[in-house]
Amino acid sequence: MKKAFPILSVLTALLLVYAFYQALWVAPTDALQGDVYRIIYYHVPSAWTAFLLFFINFIASVEYLANAKPSTQRAAKWVVIAIGIVGVIAPFIPQVRQQLPVGMYPSSVATTALIIAALYFVVGKYFPGQDLDVLAVTAAEVGVVFCTIVLITGPIWARPVWGIWWAPGDIRLTSTLVLWLIYVSYLVLRRFSDSAQTQKLAAVLAVFGALDVPLVYFSIWFFRTQHPQPVIGGGGSIDPRMLQVLLINWMAFLCFAFLVCWSRYRLEKLRREVEEAEALEALLEPAGPAAASSKANVSLTRGPK
Amino acid sequence: MTSFWSITLVTLAKDIRLEWRSKDALNAMLFFSLLVVVIFVFSFDPLAEESRHIVGGLVWVAFLFAAVVALNQTWARELRNQVLDAYRVSPAPATALFLAKVLGNFIMVSLLEALMAPLFVIFYNLRVLGPAWQLIPVALLGTWALVVNGTFFAAMSLRTRSRELMLPLLLFPVSIPAVISMVAATTNILTGEDSAHFFIVLLLTYDVVFTTACLALFETVLQAE
Repeated sequence: MKKAFPILSVLTALLLVYAFYQALWVAPTDALQGDVYRIIYYHVPSAWTAFLLFFINFIASVEYLANAKPSTQRAAKWVVIAIGIVGVIAPFIPQVRQQLPVGMYPSSVATTALIIAALYFVVGKYFPGQDLDVLAVTAAEVGVVFCTIVLITGPIWARPVWGIWWAPGDIRLTSTLVLWLIYVSYLVLRRFSDSAQTQKLAAVLAVFGALDVPLVYFSIWFFRTQHPQPVIGGGGSIDPRMLQVLLINWMAFLCFAFLVCWSRYRLEKLRREVEEAEALEALLEPAGPAAASSKANVSLTRGPK
Repeated sequence: MTSFWSITLVTLAKDIRLEWRSKDALNAMLFFSLLVVVIFVFSFDPLAEESRHIVGGLVWVAFLFAAVVALNQTWARELRNQVLDAYRVSPAPATALFLAKVLGNFIMVSLLEALMAPLFVIFYNLRVLGPAWQLIPVALLGTWALVVNGTFFAAMSLRTRSRELMLPLLLFPVSIPAVISMVAATTNILTGEDSAHFFIVLLLTYDVVFTTACLALFETVLQAE
């Protein structure tokens, strides 16, 4: 596994360079916006990556809370299976199909439901016990970085195109900002909490944040319909060549995010191992009165943690 | 079920009695929100017509800040003499304790709002143009939204360093949809330009969702030590 890391780094670097070339030179210029639009190749892939990472954080947090007791663990499994089955079948029922917003296909809804259910089990299988929490903190940290990129590139793009830096009524801008705020508060909680139960509290906060997102979306959605703002995108069709470049860029960003997550994950695991070893050492030391005096000196100079 | 409600009521009565004798939180909250109102008056000094558009935001910002003052004291009181540890080992349901705390805070913040609302009317020369009775459900649902999450996050921030600072950092981001709804509903009612219906429904949804989540997860937070 360790050998794969440098190989993957080189591949990611190459992919990023290729995607950069495609974005700046190969992709056609937009008819209305000119070259300014090319920031889309950084803005949109970052947003998708950030949302994916936040979603992984949510799944890991729910699973972490559910695994606390065997009964809830079993119940959660059945709930996820039910979500998968209902999500795959329901969109094809004519009555439900009519309720779907325009542009949302039943097949894509079904696939999403299936991926959500599958992700739950994959995450549960490969990240047992405390690893779930390590995954959650990794996803949240890297997600916040990508979300920050979105929030910085957004106004840079909006200024020449809309004429304003920030559209307070725009649903996507504002809900992304709120999402960013929620996850920053998640990281602050992790930093400030020093009890052994930080993981549990953080998981609870992640669930609250996830519950909040649809409500944020609806509140701003209604806000916007009252105060129309210049909103671009949404419903328009995109040139297939542009879409191709966009997807290449997203792939490069995903590889990069995966790489960063991987090394952050390893670092967090190592940090916890060191912490555990130190705690164990501190426990063992007073038990052995015959321990060498030099060792006692070391523990004295280190002082209480 | 009777024992659940009796535990809730006993805890609530105890909290109210304590507050009635000391009046710490209420006095601090009242004076704090009075200061906020006065500072707003000096910073904006609007005409009656303009003030209708902005006062919805000002009122709720003042109440939000003032509520944090009360919420911070909710659990800190139980830390003295290890009362909270006693709760933890007792067979009483954790949700009963939580509900009592939420009700106590709800009563306090509602009282504060009832006392402060006339001040806003006087300072900003308000006259409601929409259906004024709708302000009551907005106030009740909005206060519940702030208080239920606030009590929950206050319990959560007990375990952190500098917990007084932690509460707003946790509470404000999650409260944003509730704040948007409260402010928009209040502004719509004051100006009478639009219906506040949607936002009242949204507030109700917010309250139901988060009250359920808080009740489901409070045990985890209380036992986390």
